[in-house]
Amino acid sequence: MTADAREAAPGRRRFARQRLISRALTYFVATLLALFILVPIYLITISALTPRELAFEYPRQLVPREISFDTITFFINASGVQPAFWRSVAVGVITLVLALAIGAPAGYALARYAFRGRDGYRILVLSTRAFPIVILAIPLAVTYLRIGLDDTILGVAFMHTALALPFTVLITSSVFASVPRELEEAAQTLGCHPFQAFMKVSLPLALPGLAAAAIFTWVISWNDVFAAVILTLLNPTLPAKVLTALTQSPIYYQFAAGFVMLLPSMIVIFFIRRYLLGLWGRVVK
Amino acid sequence: MADIRLERVTKLFKQVRAVDDVDLTIADGEFMVLLGPSGCGKTTLLRSIAGLEQLDTGRIFIGDRDVTDLPPRSRRIAMVFQSYAVFPHMTVFENIAFGLRMQKVAGPEVRRRVEGAAELLHIGELLQRYPAQTSGGQRQRIAVARAIAMEPQVLLMDEPLSNLDALLRLEMRAELKRLLGEIGSTTIYVTHDQVEALSMGDRIAVMRSGRLVQVGDPLTIYDAPADRFVGAFIGNPPMNFLPARIEDREGGLVAALDGAGRVPLGPRTEALAGRDGQDLLLGIRAENIEIDVEPRPDSPRGRVLVVEPLGSHNLVTLRVGDEQLKATTRPDATLARDQEVGVVIDPARIRWLDAERGLAIDAAEAGPGAGQGAPRPDEHEDAAPQAS
Repeated sequence: MTADAREAAPGRRRFARQRLISRALTYFVATLLALFILVPIYLITISALTPRELAFEYPRQLVPREISFDTITFFINASGVQPAFWRSVAVGVITLVLALAIGAPAGYALARYAFRGRDGYRILVLSTRAFPIVILAIPLAVTYLRIGLDDTILGVAFMHTALALPFTVLITSSVFASVPRELEEAAQTLGCHPFQAFMKVSLPLALPGLAAAAIFTWVISWNDVFAAVILTLLNPTLPAKVLTALTQSPIYYQFAAGFVMLLPSMIVIFFIRRYLLGLWGRVVK
Repeated sequence: MADIRLERVTKLFKQVRAVDDVDLTIADGEFMVLLGPSGCGKTTLLRSIAGLEQLDTGRIFIGDRDVTDLPPRSRRIAMVFQSYAVFPHMTVFENIAFGLRMQKVAGPEVRRRVEGAAELLHIGELLQRYPAQTSGGQRQRIAVARAIAMEPQVLLMDEPLSNLDALLRLEMRAELKRLLGEIGSTTIYVTHDQVEALSMGDRIAVMRSGRLVQVGDPLTIYDAPADRFVGAFIGNPPMNFLPARIEDREGGLVAALDGAGRVPLGPRTEALAGRDGQDLLLGIRAENIEIDVEPRPDSPRGRVLVVEPLGSHNLVTLRVGDEQLKATTRPDATLARDQEVGVVIDPARIRWLDAERGLAIDAAEAGPGAGQGAPRPDEHEDAAPQAS
């Protein structure tokens, strides 16, 4: 070891220790956050999957001794649950189609064109989510009643489209931004007009990301309770049904309902998570 | 095949003149290199010719057609992008065939031309692969094959070699030159690498701050730069510039260097007429300087600062007066640090510049190759006096 290196060593050691501490801290906070989300999910899951007499047992078994699908089966076969499920699916699909049809072009424009006020527009899009739905709810319900959209699948889908659009726009914009502009330009020099270049090059390359955006939009719709409860009465979506019908039910049915609601979103989020990171400005590659 | 004519081409980005009033004519089948430091507007000019940028003023002609307002697809050009822009979701075959399919060329003809282009670039065995399964050098070949399969009137290349490693770049440089010579298409090639420009171009157009500074064949650009910028930008090491004054002495004309002796110039040339006593810059290439280990009493003196052995020759940095000078010597020359040596400058190879503006004072010396690209000499006074 040379003299220089020996002098530098304590500094390097201090630097290494600082890095270790900051990394430990990061992991500690991340673990807390993960537990905050995961513990309730876990509890719901085991409660939904244990025989119903064990749901009241105290102290609670953290590892279920026996697994039973009784409560879940009962919940699924309860009256009104399956129609509500299919309504939820339909609302989700309509929302997805509408949000992509409106949001993807906006996302493309945000990704490709430098126009005046682009950054402002980006913030504005997101800020619509900051506006409390509670305040919107009553005028919206009144308007829906007046034009006859209340208690319909389409009415809920419109509302969900409005709620999902900010995310659809931002996700699709990050998806299109990850497709290099030169690819479109190369297609143009090779004989495409701009729309052909988009269809032949950008769209196929963006497709996986767009699929992720679509599914995420669907999840937003699937998870919404508030708008659905206010805008429906006799034709509730699944979350609305769960909220209104099961508040009076025994606790194990509530667990089963919670689990059924959770499962699709969990699966979907798991598969599209890398595209969601793009939303926060990470590079999608 | 076609010639290209740029007339007063100007492109603004906000208030910045990215391309500023450029006139350039490129002959049919010519290999023209656009050379300049990054940000000089060379890529913007190329993209304007491709139709990817809209001009603010000026016209572009390819052959007899005014293409200024045509979209890229109608200009009969093909372009190789710096990033290659190979389509990742298509096989190599489909990449090369892309342009032909857009032109609705019949299937067997597509196959023939794709295979021909792939053959030329030695990527015949890659045709069924996807770009992700190829190396950077191979992708570069795919991009070139895709362009030449189009049999374009004009081939545009935007720093095609800059993403390759040094060895591959050297190999591709020679291969591209051979290939483009074979197909004989009019080519515009953008680079910031002066070695690439000198070694590949039929002619070089040097750009700076959006303007053409000098247009000429590589040797002219190298030997007779239009100004100090070109002399310093082209060649490695850059041209040396020493402040000097012309004096008429008994025994002939001399150039008096600032505090470092006098360079004998021999008989007065036309270029130096009426320049006596003016502040000039003496431009000289490193290889045109000889180092005299036993200095003659009348020759300028220099002190050795650094000797860098480079294998084929040594690069010597000297201090001459207040200036530094780079000279090359034979690899076996032995020079010590701080050694005082004589500096022998070949008067025939001197490039004289105006000290104040850094412009070459004589255009005639620039030779027949210079100025061909600037048909309106009157408007280039401030940029390129060799145009007259």
